[in-house]
Amino acid sequence: MKHKTDVWQGTLALMVLRTLDAMGPQHGYGIARRIEQISDDALSINHGTLYPVLLKLEQEGAIVSAWGVSDNNRKAKFYRLTAAGRKQMALEEREWGRANAVMARFFRVKEQLP
Amino acid sequence: MKTLRRAWMRLMGTLTHSRDDEFLSEIESHIQMQTVDNIRAGMSAAEARRQAVLKFGAVAAIREEYRTVGGLPFIETLVHDLRYALRQLAASPGFASVAILTIALGIGATTAIYSVVDATLLHPLPYPKPEQLVRIQEDFPGIGALDVRLSVPEWRDFQNSGIFQYVCPAVSGSVNLTGSSQPTRIQYKGVAPNYFTLLGVKPELGRVFHPDDPTPGFNLEVVISDGLWKRDFGADPHILGRTLRLDNDANVVVGVMPPDFHDQGRTTEIRNTEIWAAFGFASPELPPPVRSSRILKTVIARLQPGLTLQAAQSRIDALVASLQKQFPADYPPESSWRVHLVPLAETMVGNVRQPLLLMMGAVGLVLLIGCVNVANLLLARATARGREMAVRQALGAPRMQLVRQLLTESLLLSMLGGIAGMAILFFTKKFLLEIIPAALPRLHEISISWTVLLFALGVSVLAGAFFGLAPALQAAKVDPINVLRREGLGSKGSKGQTLTLSALVVTEFAFSLVLLIAAGLLLRSFWDLYNVRLGFDPENVMAVSLWLPNPDDPATDVYGTPDQEARFIREILRRGRSLPGVTEIAAGTQEAIPLNHDKNVLSFVLEEGSTRSDLPHQVQGASVTPEYFHVLGMPLLRGRLFTEFDIASAPRVAIVNEAFARTWWPDQDALGKRVRLSQPGRADTSWTTVVGLVTDARTETLEDTSTPQIYLSSWQRTDKNLAIFLRGRLDPAALPQMARDMVQSLDQELPVFGAKKLPDVVSGSLAQRRFSMEMVLLFGLTALLLAGIGVYGTISYIVSGRTRDIGIRIALGAQRKTILHMVLSQGLALALMGAAVGLVGALTVSHLMAGLLYGVSPGDPLTFIGLTVVLVVVALVACYIPARRAMRVDPIVALREA
Repeated sequence: MKHKTDVWQGTLALMVLRTLDAMGPQHGYGIARRIEQISDDALSINHGTLYPVLLKLEQEGAIVSAWGVSDNNRKAKFYRLTAAGRKQMALEEREWGRANAVMARFFRVKEQLP
Repeated sequence: MKTLRRAWMRLMGTLTHSRDDEFLSEIESHIQMQTVDNIRAGMSAAEARRQAVLKFGAVAAIREEYRTVGGLPFIETLVHDLRYALRQLAASPGFASVAILTIALGIGATTAIYSVVDATLLHPLPYPKPEQLVRIQEDFPGIGALDVRLSVPEWRDFQNSGIFQYVCPAVSGSVNLTGSSQPTRIQYKGVAPNYFTLLGVKPELGRVFHPDDPTPGFNLEVVISDGLWKRDFGADPHILGRTLRLDNDANVVVGVMPPDFHDQGRTTEIRNTEIWAAFGFASPELPPPVRSSRILKTVIARLQPGLTLQAAQSRIDALVASLQKQFPADYPPESSWRVHLVPLAETMVGNVRQPLLLMMGAVGLVLLIGCVNVANLLLARATARGREMAVRQALGAPRMQLVRQLLTESLLLSMLGGIAGMAILFFTKKFLLEIIPAALPRLHEISISWTVLLFALGVSVLAGAFFGLAPALQAAKVDPINVLRREGLGSKGSKGQTLTLSALVVTEFAFSLVLLIAAGLLLRSFWDLYNVRLGFDPENVMAVSLWLPNPDDPATDVYGTPDQEARFIREILRRGRSLPGVTEIAAGTQEAIPLNHDKNVLSFVLEEGSTRSDLPHQVQGASVTPEYFHVLGMPLLRGRLFTEFDIASAPRVAIVNEAFARTWWPDQDALGKRVRLSQPGRADTSWTTVVGLVTDARTETLEDTSTPQIYLSSWQRTDKNLAIFLRGRLDPAALPQMARDMVQSLDQELPVFGAKKLPDVVSGSLAQRRFSMEMVLLFGLTALLLAGIGVYGTISYIVSGRTRDIGIRIALGAQRKTILHMVLSQGLALALMGAAVGLVGALTVSHLMAGLLYGVSPGDPLTFIGLTVVLVVVALVACYIPARRAMRVDPIVALREA
């Protein structure tokens, strides 16, 4: 249970950052819907798991939050990417790419095995 | 930076608690938005809401995780545990108050003793860099002379050796101070001018002596203590430059020491020095500065910075070797001259170290026993809470969490106990300081300092961990299934718990016996000393002291010759006889006051030579008037007492005690033998004849049966320090003033002081012993009481756990007496096991404290057996109550309840 959320927290955080980067300020529900859409509903998560990730990012200073009004006139808490968050996103993207490349190489190695 | 920021936010999140409410509204807004979208997608309102909640996930779990991320779970759990623990304690106030009180007394007492140890043993020298301070001690072990005085040339050798920053001789004594409201006798120290610079202390007013002042004699400058300045001069701000007369010599005040300055020295009197005069130790009145003239009693020094004691000692050894070659006549090889550097701190605490460590050990044992008792209580309680633990474990609480919860509870107990203990200590501090004997060094500096508080905190934590750990582990080991299944069967507690309880009680008994035996041995020593045959009769005798001035200029000395002094003493005796209540009166030197710490050591030569070359030819001497022996009740064995005709122009006479005669003229008659006496710096060329022999008396210490003594006739000597001895039905309140008026009617400038009743002097000399005896006895009795409570609790617990078992036995026809015996023998077994362990411990401890015992051997069978019996009896009495309860078990009730 525990390590599963750890993995999620790592990847989810990057997804959140990317989403906010692409869409601008957005509330939790919007971020969750967007992640579902982008992943083509393949990634079916409980929306609630997003909030601890948002809180952690906020504590780290990557995003800031403020209460506002949504498109259909509802009170909602909006999250916005900060400059530090943008930097963090770039960094994590690079690392993700590197990790991906390494993993990909491993998969190829397995295919080449006699 | 990121991590730091996050930690800060989390801490803030822990402290504030607004986040959770905000999150709840955020969840609500999220679910509403989803619901609206779901309705738009065509669901019914109820279904839309249901699906939205489902999609969000388990709100409780997410909130939990949100909290964990948002705050510091460790602190939050701690706060939670603490709250829970407080509720638990509040739910059983009886248990809580007994436990807290036990711990409070233990920690309070331990901290009290520690504060004394901290001030006296750990920080004996309140000066900068105290580790550099040493005392220079010289020995001639070859001729049996230890701790001899130093000579002026040796002092200069040490000063020039490069080993020390400063070397300073000091002579202590007391002087007549005139010029303030009332002539007083004050404690005085003549020191080399570098004294204060050596100690590294600064005055609060004026200056200290210039360390390189070359004046050979007194430079007539004095520094005074804050106490003297305030007491006798009303804290006069213009005291600097004022002239004081000390023994008629004019001295100028150049400085006042601050109130927190306390002098160093081996006796309380020296530590309470109030006036310091600078002295070059090279004035013409002194004997010539040759190596054989040993006049410097105490020499202290400060090591060069960075030099260790060992390194300094080896350099001193080299210096000694080269001096021995250079001056073979002064240091003959057979005398084996040695110079020791003794840390100054050691010379300060020498005689209190052992009693203090003993007390510290004793109080530590009491605390341990207290902890064991609380552990017992906790164990019994843990059993009662077995169901709670089992349920919590069954519901999924990790074992660690239960241990943590129980440990939090015991730490809370010990902390509350510690706080209560410190509060008790704080409010009883004044009273406690009063019962400590005044002879303790640095008594006035004992305080509840930060170190002491830190110590109390440390002890509290340790105590809590100690008494909490075993019960916590025990309780968490509970097997939930068994406990829950057994519930209602009436049998409480597992075999393991009973074993742990029993082991704790055995420990308690062992510790108590060790303490009791230590206390018993001290008590017997004290009792023996209290009842020794003194050899003199202190009842109804009082002594008052006075000093004749000793001016530097002999021409101004009106008491300069024996005849002048004799005339004065005779007049005092004549007038004193008519004081109300006085039936007998005598005079002498202050060394003639029994158990006085002043000593006048005389060197002597025997006329016919001596066979005892292994002993230093030195003896303690006192001058007395003819009536002295009768007033003090010291019987004459043979020969005669002094008479009115033993005056300066008559042949010199002496009276010796049995010990002196036995040592120097074994198998011979001492009467008629002649000795030649000399004092340092005052050689006497005439022979003194022994005319009388008196019985031995314990006039030096109560411990020694016989110290050699020689008494000289007051009429033949000039002694500046005088004591008047009065016997009769005296009024101790009025006598000091009467004696002062009488003396000052003869000479207004003489201070009269130190009036004391001799019985008080005798009991006062036992004060320190009495204190440590009383303390250890108090601790021992406390330990016995705690052990009794402990065994009572344990046996009660075992009995209540076996009620059903006992009921069955009785139902099957067991005699009630058998049941009583069964329970009692269980308690007895514990007590005997404890006693066996305790006896071994007590034997070890009693040998370690052999130096504190008098007249009783460390393995004294009476003390050991007697106190073991006491312990066993206490155990049986404590077991009797639960045993009676067991005997009265009603089988029907016991079985029905089960």
